[in-house]
Amino acid sequence: MQDLGIRVLFMGNNFIRLLKGLGVALKISLTAVILSVVLGILLGMVMTLKNPVTKCITKIYLESMRIMPQLVLLFLVYFGLTKSFGINLSGEISAVIVFTLWGTAEMGDLVRGALISIPGHQYESGAAIGLTKLQIYRYIIMPQTLQRLTPLAINLTTRMIKTTSLIVLIGVVEVLKVAQQIIEANRYTVPDSALWIYGTIFFLYFIVCWPISTMAGWLEKKWKN
Amino acid sequence: MDTEFIIKYIPLYVKAAGLTIGLGIVGIFFSLMIGLSVSLIQYFKIPVLKRIAGIYIELSRNTPLLVQLFFLYFGLPKAGIRFSSQACAIIGLSFLGGSYMAEAFRSGLNAIDKVQEESALSIGLKHGQVMRYVILPQALSLSVPGLCANMIFLIKETSVFSVLALADLMYVAKDLIGLYYKTDEALLMLVIAYLVLLLPISVAASFLERRLRYAGFGN
Repeated sequence: MQDLGIRVLFMGNNFIRLLKGLGVALKISLTAVILSVVLGILLGMVMTLKNPVTKCITKIYLESMRIMPQLVLLFLVYFGLTKSFGINLSGEISAVIVFTLWGTAEMGDLVRGALISIPGHQYESGAAIGLTKLQIYRYIIMPQTLQRLTPLAINLTTRMIKTTSLIVLIGVVEVLKVAQQIIEANRYTVPDSALWIYGTIFFLYFIVCWPISTMAGWLEKKWKN
Repeated sequence: MDTEFIIKYIPLYVKAAGLTIGLGIVGIFFSLMIGLSVSLIQYFKIPVLKRIAGIYIELSRNTPLLVQLFFLYFGLPKAGIRFSSQACAIIGLSFLGGSYMAEAFRSGLNAIDKVQEESALSIGLKHGQVMRYVILPQALSLSVPGLCANMIFLIKETSVFSVLALADLMYVAKDLIGLYYKTDEALLMLVIAYLVLLLPISVAASFLERRLRYAGFGN
């Protein structure tokens, strides 16, 4: 009975439901990505300041976001905030908050890296030909920074999408939860559905992430010269 | 905060941390093995294996560990392939880590100039010797920052092992929240446990990085 399990996918609207579940995960990750890019650029600029106080604060923020597993952060926001402060957040909102906090830290570090990789003589040459500070940023620094930054930011997006799969563990109904529901509902009629459903999800994630990471690699290569 | 509760359940966390670190170390070991072999396959451009290695890297880098584990633990038994929780955890972590380690090794290998190989050959070293004495020592020391970052990443990724019904740190914390409703205490201990596990590794990694960069320049 080779083709028994895969039949589940096409029964009723099972496949559409799986895609909708994936859509929930993607919506959360894309919201977080957009917020992180905006906040991360600001954070990155703050991180390049020579002020020791901001340096210390941003460093602590970055390291604490990096060292904690994202699942722990999710638990802290989802369970911790509710219990300690009585703030009752839905799983989706907690996920967006956590991934934005984490993404801002990662993005900030990427922006900082890109900004300090621009050699000092670029600023000086710009000033020497009489550009104002704003013009130097607008015409010299920004274009170069963006070229270095874009592939890295795209890679961060795929990492975000992959990490969003964790939200099933704080009770958000996304693709894995939908899969469990479908498998449970067909437990007796199609006992080997788990293999096919989870296999499908594996490839769905691949289909989403692969083009994005390939594009990042392509851009990186293209702009290297 | 209930200090008595915290003290009472510290041993549980220690045990769970042991499990996390144990599975992490085994997973990292296999990841390094897979990573080194895959990167060497790609470096030497071995015909068929090169294609397989490429597909493996894309598959493993573009799917989340959680989904890989669900497939391994809940999916594969339906096809008659059954692994224990521990085995699933290690297979999953090595499958994921292998490709990340391979990328780190590859960037190290690629950073070595072709001149090095040619010079070594011209003074009469055999191909094996070139690899052993010239390329690998330099490539490995250049890969260290990437490898260290991957190790920390992999230990962080072990936090999803609770779905395999393994009593790791997340599992213990969730259990205590569910049983006693001591959310603050359980979460505090969870954060401390991960800090205790990961901070020393991260500090050691940055120390090692500084030392090795120095050696990398041949001084």
